[in-house]
Amino acid sequence: MTVFTIAGKELRSYFTSPLAYVVTAGFLVITGIFFALSVVLTNQASLRFALDNFRVIFLFITPLITMRLLAEEQATGTIELVLTSPVRDWEVVLGKFLGALGLLCVMLALTLYYPFLLFVYGKPDPGPIISGYLGLVLLGAGFIAIGLLTSALTKNQIVAAVLAFAILLVFWLAAPIGDVFQGTLRDILRYVSALDHYNDFSRGVIDTKDIVYYLSLAAAALFATVQVVGARRWI
Amino acid sequence: MIDVQNLTKYYADHIAIENLTFHVAKGEILGFLGPNGAGKSTTMRILTGFIPPSAGTAAIDGFDVMKNSLEARRRVGYLPETTPLYTDLTVRSYLRYMATLRGVPRKNLKSRVDDVMTKCRVEDVANTIIGKLSKGYRQRVGLAQALVHDPPVLILDEPTAGLDPRQNNETRRLIRSLAGDHTIILSSHILPEVSQTCQRVVIINEGRLVAEDTPEGLTNRLRSSDRLLVHVRGPVDEVAGLLGAMPNVLAVIPDQAEAGRFLVDTAPDSDPREEIAAEIVRRGWGLRELRPVGMSLEEIFLKLTTEEAPLEAAEAAA
Repeated sequence: MTVFTIAGKELRSYFTSPLAYVVTAGFLVITGIFFALSVVLTNQASLRFALDNFRVIFLFITPLITMRLLAEEQATGTIELVLTSPVRDWEVVLGKFLGALGLLCVMLALTLYYPFLLFVYGKPDPGPIISGYLGLVLLGAGFIAIGLLTSALTKNQIVAAVLAFAILLVFWLAAPIGDVFQGTLRDILRYVSALDHYNDFSRGVIDTKDIVYYLSLAAAALFATVQVVGARRWI
Repeated sequence: MIDVQNLTKYYADHIAIENLTFHVAKGEILGFLGPNGAGKSTTMRILTGFIPPSAGTAAIDGFDVMKNSLEARRRVGYLPETTPLYTDLTVRSYLRYMATLRGVPRKNLKSRVDDVMTKCRVEDVANTIIGKLSKGYRQRVGLAQALVHDPPVLILDEPTAGLDPRQNNETRRLIRSLAGDHTIILSSHILPEVSQTCQRVVIINEGRLVAEDTPEGLTNRLRSSDRLLVHVRGPVDEVAGLLGAMPNVLAVIPDQAEAGRFLVDTAPDSDPREEIAAEIVRRGWGLRELRPVGMSLEEIFLKLTTEEAPLEAAEAAA
């Protein structure tokens, strides 16, 4: 239950700072533009174009959401209070992860009026919309876990954000870089590419291998974060 | 309640604490005294399970801080040196959060938080954002979070650092009132604080235990001479001459602040007070004051650190 206590506190903390509001507002403005463009340009009751672009926006906003999670606590020393409480390291890490994921879900929930408008004025296929949102949550979970890891590595929130952004860029560009090569290396880089795994969700296909990919990305980054938080025990 | 056995911690390039051994009995307040960088905070961080020792063991209520870390941590309330607080939360929500982390059951949450807010006198700022509070209030909120789960052991790292004298006094009184129910370790580099608050003092310097005793015991143990304060109305030079000529008197130090007052060092356990009084009265001078004065902890501390230094140097050379 401690995990949810920590998650709840993190989520509440977001809404007591201006950052969450600024990021959410920016997110809604940009996604709104994409939504309007997709409707006007394609003249179709489809969210596909808009949702495909949401994942690119995630690339920029998840580092802003995650940068303070552990870096701030390390800078102010509150981490010492948390880690000397009868709480396991993984509970702290998981709690913070869920708190940030909660904020991302709130932001996504605020965009649900786009599909609502589509249903009011047209007959969109609900499949790609549902799978699209599911894919975004999974993608967001992976990105947030990476951001949490970089936040554990430093006391400086800016450094945490820039580092997270750099790592996410690598995951984004892995596929185009992979196309330069041939054979196994190309396959590996294509597999690593975080954005490519979204393509199935975008088409309305929920494929286990994509779900496994995002969950293992998040799990690996969270595991690494727990190790970084625990590193003080062997330094 | 707290057992520290041969505790050693070294970082890559230096030794922070070396072979520290001490015990704290239930309900006792132990003062942890040493200059900055002596290893006080390192010891406390080990006791709270934040960092591991390099060697040796530490146990809280029988639970090893490494092997049984969660059980040990459950029994400790900790106020780190920097008084870390979540400045974006209100006092009440901060305390509720810390209480939940420390495993206070939901149904007791409100009563526990209200209780420590009263005890630490922060109930008037219960709904204020911590970031807007003054240093004195923050320090008390810090104490409140250490107390919120009613832990048997309190570890307070420099709890009065940066407070003004009045706040300082209040904090000390609060800490003293907690003894008995709680076993407390309190660190400080300010000596009067420790002598006023603690029943026993451990002095460490450069990571080593230099002395361990009651404040009075330390004074007695270290006194190589007894000291009297004598205040006489009479010819100052003659009085000084007489005092210096008395048997068992080792030295006479005139008080610069007030003519006629002298500090007189006497041989240990000789107590020549009656003889001195008789001599002064016999000469017809006015004896205004005559009383033994103990050495302050400050002096002991200066003495300890200055006297131990050559010893250590000698050891290092050997």
